Amino acid sequence: MSEWWTYSLSDFLLFSPRTYYRLFELYNLAIWPAQLAALAGGIAILMAWRRGGRAHGRMISGLLAGAWLWVAWAYLLEHYDTINWAASYFAIGFVLQALLLLWVGVVRDRLRLKWWRDPGSRLGLGVFVLAFAIYPLMAPLFGRPWLQAETFGVAPDPTVVATLGILVAAERKQLMLVVIPLVWCIVSGATLWTMEAPEAFVLAAIAILTLAWMGLRRSAPIP
Amino acid sequence: MPHDLTRRDLLALTAGAAAALVPTAAPAQPTLRPIPPSREAIPAVGLGTWITFNVGNDKVARDSCTEVMRAFFAAGGTLIDSSPMYGSSQKVVGHGLNKLDSAKVFAADKVWISSAASGPAQIEASRTAWGVPRFDLLQVHNLLSWEPHLKTLFAMKALGSLRYVGITTSEGRRHAEFERVMRAHPLDFIQVTYNIIDREVEARILPLAQERGMAVIVNRPFQEGDLTRKLARHPLPAWAAEIECTSWAQVILKFIISHPAVTCAIPATTRVDHVRENMAAATGRMPDAALRARMIAHVAKL
Repeated sequence: MSEWWTYSLSDFLLFSPRTYYRLFELYNLAIWPAQLAALAGGIAILMAWRRGGRAHGRMISGLLAGAWLWVAWAYLLEHYDTINWAASYFAIGFVLQALLLLWVGVVRDRLRLKWWRDPGSRLGLGVFVLAFAIYPLMAPLFGRPWLQAETFGVAPDPTVVATLGILVAAERKQLMLVVIPLVWCIVSGATLWTMEAPEAFVLAAIAILTLAWMGLRRSAPIP
Repeated sequence: MPHDLTRRDLLALTAGAAAALVPTAAPAQPTLRPIPPSREAIPAVGLGTWITFNVGNDKVARDSCTEVMRAFFAAGGTLIDSSPMYGSSQKVVGHGLNKLDSAKVFAADKVWISSAASGPAQIEASRTAWGVPRFDLLQVHNLLSWEPHLKTLFAMKALGSLRYVGITTSEGRRHAEFERVMRAHPLDFIQVTYNIIDREVEARILPLAQERGMAVIVNRPFQEGDLTRKLARHPLPAWAAEIECTSWAQVILKFIISHPAVTCAIPATTRVDHVRENMAAATGRMPDAALRARMIAHVAKL
């Protein structure tokens, strides 16, 4: 595409806000009761995180990878692709992230978390809880129906934010795992910004917070 | 240089006005404009599908778009414009055509792909999405890989599988190159952005289209709604009544289609009342050059 500087963000917005949010409504109806499984998965992550122990990193990584794979297939390819031809490329990114989580977290066991031990673990837990508990409330908070709620494990934004929370709380800095979630924050944040949706600020804030934290912290060895 | 009007043109151009005089409940027929190379007449207002028709598989929204198309055809509209870039819009148009009388449609679409070799396959996928036997008009979208795609389109036209060939741009992009393509190739149509604010094409592109005998489709007449939203804060000026306008949208459309080079404007909408309002802008009195100058000055002051 030549003369790219002449394009504004709105030139890339292919759909109306109404269509975008209605897609979540149709998606939620189509996948029900998968949301309950995602809810159980989120609680399982919190419990494993709280309990710690030898397998907690592998379990959390596996559950997160499952969420990224589900979003890639069920949301991006099966639904978002009907209104955005770029969705299949996004799906590739989500599958890559799932594979990275499996490799780093499950195979190599390098994604272990701390629970409420230092600023990073508290910040990460706060971000995760935001994604898990607050994100589904945003639809009604911003005047949209409950059916359009975006929930962790099935919708991309809360899944990405929850992942960033976990990466912020990780004992070891995992830059490789941060790249795709941050790229998604830019892509989705730009979409929401163009639609003048207030959620854009949430994604931007989380992305900046993650970047700042990753820049500040030093990579610590696993004890 | 404007082309001379033939008897057929005059008949076409006065058809809308004549229909308006008939005392009937049916809506007035829109003003028709000739496509210069063939003299075929098409209504001066068409239907765009950018954003508005990209509703995916949402059955309720698809049916709503079908109703927009039904109202469009009922008001005398024919030209619908889409593109493979517009997500599901082509399939949604096809859904509507399947439910309505598709024989009325003037099917205008685009080829939009970097790979020259993939152009024919994309065109065929687009045709299948629309469900039409052939396109009336195919345009190279935003000049993307325009050289090989134009060869494909002219070859299709020679074989009779396409009626008209065109190129598009929007928001004033690549006008210098656009002009070069217009000078070098016997295009039937060009598509550009033009409205009472964005008037860059008045200087060179529109006069060149007249000189070369090319029909002109105007996209983004309302600046994707920004222009109508801005103008809605101000009262409709008294001169709007002189050209039978009851809304700013109609003022904007009448300004566009009253330019002698313009064949058709393609506003997009999701609402039946808006499509009727848009189609009504193609009927009745049009602003003359003096009023067009007043319109520009008035809007510039707001």
